[in-house]
Amino acid sequence: MTIRTGAQTARRNEITWALLFILPSIIGFLAFFAIPSVRGLLMSFTNWDLLRPAKFTGIANYIKLLSDKEFLHALRVTAYYVVLNIPLQTVIALGMAVMLDRFTKSTAIRGILILPWLLPNIIVALLWLWMLDPTLGFINQVIMSLGFERQPFLGSVTQAMPTIAAINIWRHAGYTAILLFAGLQNIPKDVYEAAAIDGADERQMFMGITLPLLRPVLIFVLVTSLIGSFQIFDTIVITTKGGPVDATRVVYWYIYEYAFVRFKMGYAATISVALFLILITITIIQMRYFNADSSDLD
Amino acid sequence: MRLRFNALAIALVMVSSMLIAACGAKAPAAEPTAAADVAAEATAAPAEEPTAAVAASADAVTIRYGLWDGNQQPAYEACAAAFTKTNPNITVKVEQAGWGDYWTSVQTGMVGGTAPDVFTNHLAKYPEFAAKEQLVDIQPFVERDGVDMKQYLPGLADLWGRDGKRYGLPKDWDTVSVVYNKDMMDKAGVTVEELNNADWNAKDGGSFGQIIKKLTIDSAGKNALDAGFDKSKVVQYGFVGGGSGGAYGQTQWSHWAVSNGFKFNDGLYATKYFYDDPKLAETMQWYADLNLVEGVAPTLADVKSLGATALFTAGKAALTTDGSWMIGSYVKDAKFVTGFARLPKGPEGRKSMFNGLADSIWVGSKHQEESWQWMKFAASPACANIVGSYGVVFPAIQSGVDAALKAYGDRKVDVSAFTAQATEANGTFLFPVTDHASEIGPIMDATMDSIMLGEKPAADALKAANDEVNALFQ
Repeated sequence: MTIRTGAQTARRNEITWALLFILPSIIGFLAFFAIPSVRGLLMSFTNWDLLRPAKFTGIANYIKLLSDKEFLHALRVTAYYVVLNIPLQTVIALGMAVMLDRFTKSTAIRGILILPWLLPNIIVALLWLWMLDPTLGFINQVIMSLGFERQPFLGSVTQAMPTIAAINIWRHAGYTAILLFAGLQNIPKDVYEAAAIDGADERQMFMGITLPLLRPVLIFVLVTSLIGSFQIFDTIVITTKGGPVDATRVVYWYIYEYAFVRFKMGYAATISVALFLILITITIIQMRYFNADSSDLD
Repeated sequence: MRLRFNALAIALVMVSSMLIAACGAKAPAAEPTAAADVAAEATAAPAEEPTAAVAASADAVTIRYGLWDGNQQPAYEACAAAFTKTNPNITVKVEQAGWGDYWTSVQTGMVGGTAPDVFTNHLAKYPEFAAKEQLVDIQPFVERDGVDMKQYLPGLADLWGRDGKRYGLPKDWDTVSVVYNKDMMDKAGVTVEELNNADWNAKDGGSFGQIIKKLTIDSAGKNALDAGFDKSKVVQYGFVGGGSGGAYGQTQWSHWAVSNGFKFNDGLYATKYFYDDPKLAETMQWYADLNLVEGVAPTLADVKSLGATALFTAGKAALTTDGSWMIGSYVKDAKFVTGFARLPKGPEGRKSMFNGLADSIWVGSKHQEESWQWMKFAASPACANIVGSYGVVFPAIQSGVDAALKAYGDRKVDVSAFTAQATEANGTFLFPVTDHASEIGPIMDATMDSIMLGEKPAADALKAANDEVNALFQ
């Protein structure tokens, strides 16, 4: 008979409790991520059309993907969106965060900033769809009352994607600002004091202190918003449905179209796998390049 | 949906309780995977219990019946009531959802096991459902009960058959006509007779093109025929088309193109489209240039945002073309005198697409016999007369058409433009029924949009699209 020490029992209890606490997450992870992912991967090797049993087709879908010009177009359109979205959103958010940090401690203002992010994406998209309507929309009424020509916005091949990017910047900038603001609060104030004594001005302090010390948070924000940005879908479903023509046919819409409009679930899964590989590569590069896990504070 | 969610919830509760029990004994490392599998399977399994339970008692069956046109719902509810009177053991539950949601729910319902027993089907949709073995072949029922196919207007029943199998009984038909704003015509001095006798060609629009110009007014009060007309300041468009029309252009461009000598393909279940026909290209270019060059029609963006019907009923445009199922909406929504005129005479005469809906039975239905009884009734003179009397759509059976005409007549609505088109020799062409419709759709949507937006000349865009479409049949 082994004799348990008090420490061992406590440790065992701790593990039991720990497992219990993470149980909901584990179930969620398995049911909504792990199992669907594996099934999706398997699906990508079949010709499943939703209604009839799937047939294994080997790498036929992958071969088709390599010569799929529309897939390349979808990637290009998605990249265009990311380029429109991320830099502007991050700069605006950083500006808001610095102002929050320097000028106000008001929680009310912080609350207002994340308000757009608290609204469901669908609501945001509908709201802007109506406001930007070419004939009845509020924005066009304002534009016309100022004496300018009304704009088609989401109905134009050239304006649709910048418009969608603007909608999502509006939605996400405040939330991103709050994340960055939290990072700013972790920067010790004495560093600024020391810099002030040395005669540094605001700009020098921002470039020399704020930016370098904010790097881990900034990278976290960049990585997550970049991945999120690649997954642009809901705004497009509501506003343009991939159009006009194919101006906003981003990868996610392309996947949706294959799966639920064209009933080619197998091929849709193949595109998803390809997108996954692309995203994981980008993320690894980002993490490596920015040394995400170390701060200049160390 | 709710049922699936419940199944998941129960599975999760079971899984958690299992795990909690397991926690007391040994390390539960291996458990969650297996348990979550159970959960996943529970969600994947179709919800079969409710229908099965009803099937057990043969004398109380509820048939779920799906349709997308809300305007027709009261008519079919009246049919359902009449049906239940003669078949007291069968209740029909009518479920309506708008076009987009309707097809999504029918399709996901087929996958998840919750599709309606009987649902209104469309010619662009049924061949794929049939190919994927989702529709009951009703030919044996038809033969057993001796349903007379000759009771339907010529051509309609054939559209729903393939290789000796049959997937639907025709319920109604539709044609396309010109819809006009009488007040605007009066102001511009255009008579209904002029409009009815107008001709059209793809080069300059013919006399119909002149009428459109005459009805287009800029902010200075000049019409598009006047010198000094400013197309950037149009306050009233002469014409609004229903958008780019995608693969079929049923109410948008098909009547123009076919009256110009275009044909979609070589008939039922053809394996080759002729979208690269120069006749179609010049038609589409004329149609797009109404906005792009002439400025006598609104932009595609405007049409997409509100819809042509709304632009027309809001008094933004004087003429449009639309299908007979929309008659009631125009009469009800327009705050001005509105009417329906003949399509203009093209080089090949007046041509309208002749389309018809039918009901289909889903293979997953637990009550196929009862479903057939309801479907047979919905396509019978009794129901056709009821539907006709509501005056929302033309039934596929002549007595129903007469009832509809009487209903429209009672409301002082002249619908002869639609019926004359349907009965005229060579006045109609059938909806192009082929395989691969769900893939042709996105290709042609993007192509027609690109023409309408002036991104590409019609001839180039259609040539490329036609190659892509025909490659689907290889």
